[in-house]
Amino acid sequence: MRSPLIPEMATQEVQLNETLAHLKTESETLKTKLEEERAKLHDVELHQVAEKVEGLGQFVMKTRRTLKGHGNKVLCMDWCKDKRRIVSSSQDGKVIVWDAFTTNKEHAVTMPCTWVMACAYAPSGCAVACGGLDNKCSVYPLSLDKNENLAAKKKSVAMHTNYLSACSFTNSDMQILTSSGDGTCALWDVESGQLLQSFHGHAADVLCLDLAPSETGNTFVSGGCDKKANVWDMRSGQCIQSFETHESDINSVRYYPSGDAFASGSDDATCRLYDLRADREVAIYSKESIIFGVSSVDFSLSGRLLFGGYNDYTINVWDVLKGTRVSILFGHENRVSTLRVSPDGTAFCTGSWDHTLRIWA
Amino acid sequence: MTIRTVRPDRVQHIRCQMHCLKKLDVMVVEMQDPKSGVRGSEQKLNVTSIPHVITGHDVIAWISTKMKTTTEEAQAFGTMLVAYGYIYPLLNHKKLVMCNDTSLYRFQTPYFWPTHQWVAEDSDYAIYLAKKNIRKKGVLEPFEQAHYNHLHDWLNHKWDFVVMQATEQHKAGKERKKPDRVVFDCQERAYWVVNRPSRHTHSAMDCGPDRLIDPDAQNLSFDHYRRLNMFYQQAIMRSKVKSSVSLGALVKYVTTYKNHDPFLAPCLPSNPWQTDNDTYWTLNMRRVDVPTKMRVERWSFSLFELLTDLRGRDDFKVFLKKEFSGENLAFWEAAEELKWGTASSMLTKAETIFKTFLAPGAPRWINIDGRTMGLTVKGLEHPHRYVLEAAQTHVFLLMKKDTFFRYLKSPVYKDMQKKALSPEAHSFSPAQLEQNAQRRNPGIHPIILWQQEEAEKAKAAAASAPVDVKAVMSKIDRKK
Repeated sequence: MRSPLIPEMATQEVQLNETLAHLKTESETLKTKLEEERAKLHDVELHQVAEKVEGLGQFVMKTRRTLKGHGNKVLCMDWCKDKRRIVSSSQDGKVIVWDAFTTNKEHAVTMPCTWVMACAYAPSGCAVACGGLDNKCSVYPLSLDKNENLAAKKKSVAMHTNYLSACSFTNSDMQILTSSGDGTCALWDVESGQLLQSFHGHAADVLCLDLAPSETGNTFVSGGCDKKANVWDMRSGQCIQSFETHESDINSVRYYPSGDAFASGSDDATCRLYDLRADREVAIYSKESIIFGVSSVDFSLSGRLLFGGYNDYTINVWDVLKGTRVSILFGHENRVSTLRVSPDGTAFCTGSWDHTLRIWA
Repeated sequence: MTIRTVRPDRVQHIRCQMHCLKKLDVMVVEMQDPKSGVRGSEQKLNVTSIPHVITGHDVIAWISTKMKTTTEEAQAFGTMLVAYGYIYPLLNHKKLVMCNDTSLYRFQTPYFWPTHQWVAEDSDYAIYLAKKNIRKKGVLEPFEQAHYNHLHDWLNHKWDFVVMQATEQHKAGKERKKPDRVVFDCQERAYWVVNRPSRHTHSAMDCGPDRLIDPDAQNLSFDHYRRLNMFYQQAIMRSKVKSSVSLGALVKYVTTYKNHDPFLAPCLPSNPWQTDNDTYWTLNMRRVDVPTKMRVERWSFSLFELLTDLRGRDDFKVFLKKEFSGENLAFWEAAEELKWGTASSMLTKAETIFKTFLAPGAPRWINIDGRTMGLTVKGLEHPHRYVLEAAQTHVFLLMKKDTFFRYLKSPVYKDMQKKALSPEAHSFSPAQLEQNAQRRNPGIHPIILWQQEEAEKAKAAAASAPVDVKAVMSKIDRKK
């Protein structure tokens, strides 16, 4: 009785394979057509438009603070809105809240997992969120009492099926956006831990995300190991724009301060600028002598400078408009894993696998 | 907690770095070119003579010329070559950095290059340590001894094999000529310093946790391609802006904000991180009586800036009160609170907003077009987070295109511009800077500021609550 079914199934499978191959070729054709459409409106290069902008002078950026206290690789950091406090997380599970101005450690929490790859400061300054290999994002309300055990009030908010790579509060303490190695991003309600929206579309691990600084505040961008940077609508969960020009994993994405563009940093040793209104890549920041991947990028307040932390222990500063490198900073003794500019743009902080954080200004 | 039962896939592990390492391969081959590469010579080490030895100084000079960089950058690049094991130091073999002096180095044999994806297995390391044990008659470095003990426990079932291999290799080594043996020993030792570093070694082989999905090995589904094709079709149809227009906007933004960027123009009175004096932050706090000139100027850049800076929003509210048109901003604020609030508070907030702003005869009724009003009211029957989106956008655009510009021309704003502070730049002497560093101001904790803010908000809400006309009238009636 079985034999007649098998040839039928075989034909079905052959049909399916043909259709899959057909879809793949259609995909390639459409992708080429999209590139053609994008190129049609490309009437000028960024550095040409920037010709009439005056050049930058010499920069003197020095390490103003070195924060020592982590016993292992620093993986992530975030600034508090008060412009001086930061939260940082490391490989050994420690999450520390510092007053970077005085270099005092204010709080320390030990997570029950190692490799805490994501941490974020709440907009109110009253809580921090973190997560990593535990596949969760937990929120710890902070306290004025230094002796209080923060782990007691910990709240588990996000649950992914693989490691948490990045997290960020939205405009309030009540919602968190997360990205994970399981290939998805998600929006969560902090109070109830409820999943509000999930974002599917990346074909591999998602490594980074950033919320748009716009009046509507409804979009965010994510970067993944599939070399794609996707822009998402938080309301519908749909991917509204996608860019695939990098040659390797995208480790970091950051919006331009106006919200009309974003920069990305990748393992292919380049940083790139994507214009959202023109829907295309408009600049590549690279140099023959820079061979190692970028782990983290951020803009200065006006958007003129792009800071990049690299895996060869250095920090490169780029002129966003003219496309040239204006400065290279040394100091860390291992990979620079995270870099953020302070909320008022007066300094930027870098965290490294050499166990320290540095404030540069 | 993710339980990893599968042995880590080394290929995946190093996939991220392969892109860079392949370029290094090419460069290292060029460096060894007999004519155009780095000059090598023979050096005497103890009793033996070692060929093809290079100095750090020569390597850095070669890199500097080849890549057209500064010496400092070339040195950092050189350190990477050492950290990845392409070049190893002869003396001081555990410190994997490139020094710009006559320190001696050698090129590592390609067999031991990281790009050859030969996984440095624990059993290989055990054999190496066992061999070293035999040779040096039990004297291993402390960290090696610790590794050895650990491996002896965990590879106990294979230990006979390990010892056998180690003995074989040791015998084979003895049969080599002394200079070759010394060179091979150096190479092998260098390989293990890179792949099993002791603490405080600058090895670059460390990698983060493995990525879950290998993008190259993907067999993407039918569904994935269908969705992808739909996305491409929509993207092709989507309207785009000409490059000259959108890039022009980016340049304009930079030009507008360039005087406000602390990296491009000095912030007054001084950058707290540079002088250890935090006056800049105190002058720009949330609730100052008189803001600074720069801050007031920034409010004029866009309505978004004005509203994001809560001090600016306060000033805008003063103006709106004079115009008796505060309901638009109040509605916008309430809609923001709904969007970003907790899921559980949504229903109550939606109800309050309807009663206050949208219902016919509401105390703070907002004047939006009929169609938007209709859509919003209908949506409120089943409220969700974004139910007020259309109305909120409409109100925002109204404020942006009309109210905002009238505000900038108003006496409220112009007065503020006149009153605003223009602090003098600090000029501290070195002695004063030292003092500043000793006496850094701890500032106010954000939690305290937050509590103060909440208290102020509650007061303001109570003060501006719409007057319940019916209650007032009934009071008056009763008095009569």
